[in-house]
Amino acid sequence: MGSTSSMLTQYDIEEVQDHCDHAFSQQEIVSLYHRFCQLDRNGGGFVSADEFMSVPEFAVNPLSQRLLRMLDGLNFKEFVAFLSAFSPRTSLQQKIEFIFRVYDTDCNGKVAFEDILSILRDLSGSFMTEEQRQKVLTHVLEEAGYTKDSHFTLPDFMKVRSSSFSRSIYSSHKSNQLS
Amino acid sequence: MASSSVAADMELDHPNLEDYLPPDSLPQEAPRNLHLRDLLDISPVLTEAAGAIVDDSFTRCFKSNSPEPWNWNIYLFPLWCFGVVIRYGILFPLRSLTLAIGWLAFFAAFFPVHFLLKGQDKLRSKIERKLVEMMCSVFVASWTGVIKYHGPRPSTRPHQVFVANHTSMIDFIILEQMTAFAVIMQKHPGWVGFIQKTILESVGCIWFNRNDLRDREVTARKLREHVQHPDSNPLLIFPEGTCVNNQYTVMFKKGAFELGCAVCPIAIKYNKIFVDAFWNSKKQSFTMHLVRLMTSWAVVCDVWYLEPQYLREGETAIAFAERVRDMIAARAGLKKVPWDGYLKHNRPSPKHTEEKQRIFADSVLRRLEEK
Repeated sequence: MGSTSSMLTQYDIEEVQDHCDHAFSQQEIVSLYHRFCQLDRNGGGFVSADEFMSVPEFAVNPLSQRLLRMLDGLNFKEFVAFLSAFSPRTSLQQKIEFIFRVYDTDCNGKVAFEDILSILRDLSGSFMTEEQRQKVLTHVLEEAGYTKDSHFTLPDFMKVRSSSFSRSIYSSHKSNQLS
Repeated sequence: MASSSVAADMELDHPNLEDYLPPDSLPQEAPRNLHLRDLLDISPVLTEAAGAIVDDSFTRCFKSNSPEPWNWNIYLFPLWCFGVVIRYGILFPLRSLTLAIGWLAFFAAFFPVHFLLKGQDKLRSKIERKLVEMMCSVFVASWTGVIKYHGPRPSTRPHQVFVANHTSMIDFIILEQMTAFAVIMQKHPGWVGFIQKTILESVGCIWFNRNDLRDREVTARKLREHVQHPDSNPLLIFPEGTCVNNQYTVMFKKGAFELGCAVCPIAIKYNKIFVDAFWNSKKQSFTMHLVRLMTSWAVVCDVWYLEPQYLREGETAIAFAERVRDMIAARAGLKKVPWDGYLKHNRPSPKHTEEKQRIFADSVLRRLEEK
């Protein structure tokens, strides 16, 4: 599946489906493939950062740079695996794991004060001072029983996050876009 | 994606400004105290990003839909082959010949008139206008254009400007056939540029450079001058600024709407069954585009001249532009998207991202105060 030819065989689809743990139906994978080919304008078999940024809706997202680091150079199979976190068929645990990966920029399996601060910086830009950000973060950490020096591993993260899941993240209407 | 249901399409094409509302505006609870889990919950932002990756309304505007192949069985295939032979073997040479003769006749008449009648400007302009109209008719004949014009023909008087949706440079030719418009255009290279420089100068054209920001004021001034001059040809502007695929419209630039004069909308819709007239300038040169048109059976389109609109009390230029865009989109059956056409070439300005950041920062700080 290295090159984006326009023919997708049944074998290819099943391989991709396995790779993403059946997060998507076969029809959805075909649609994603059309989309992948559409984004991959120079036909290199992967979508470059520049090609992602040419989608204005993506470029205006505050976390776009962070996601680009995770998306750059992915081939189609990996692209589908990346998006699988957004499917209604994946478990809550896997979704939280995805969020953890976004936070854990240095990929050391731990999310520290600095990591959360850096996401906060992306989300609030120049509209909060560094001091305000630190203050907010320290405050909520203390309230939840942690300190500035706490490190969150994946299980810790799950404990904090799963206490509130009233909003449906990755709402299923997005998956309707695929079919 | 091509087979998505109409209902889903309708929902997706609704101006998705709702997508840009802050996560806070989802099922609203009274601003409550800020907890760690709220701060860590970046899922709405991530969902928006994933949604954009999977499908976005901007790319849709520039997708050329390949026609469904109909020649797939043993009876239809020979018929289709026969059609190809006729189109490429008979129609194309005939059309090229017509075009060539037309060009020769045009040049033979245009240049003498241009140079010999130098003194008598009024007469010269009149003849040149007629010649340009004739040349455009030849062009239209060379693709067997079947064009239906609806509505009152434009009249030549000052203080009015015409705006139309843009699918390809042939829009200009189709409209020019009926009335000799003056036009504002981006300078092109090659033979198109040559024609722009020599012939279009005679009907009155304004040049601009998309990439030059300072050019905007100069262009605005030239537009104003043109519109107020009683002898100039009616001005045609394509406010989208780029070619769109005749199923969507992108945002109109406000330049045409702040000239203080009447704005006459024109809606153009091509019938896709015969040929897809969308010119994707990134994929094809204009010459190839013309060749494709000349090897199809016909170019069928409808042109509607709509009622002139005026700026209303208290309406901004942008609101005026949107109102006219609504009219054109409704008439031609196009869907509206809230994007600027220039995003085809440039990145969105950081102020959109900054707006989202501002909303997030405000909500966090506000909830912090709630202690």
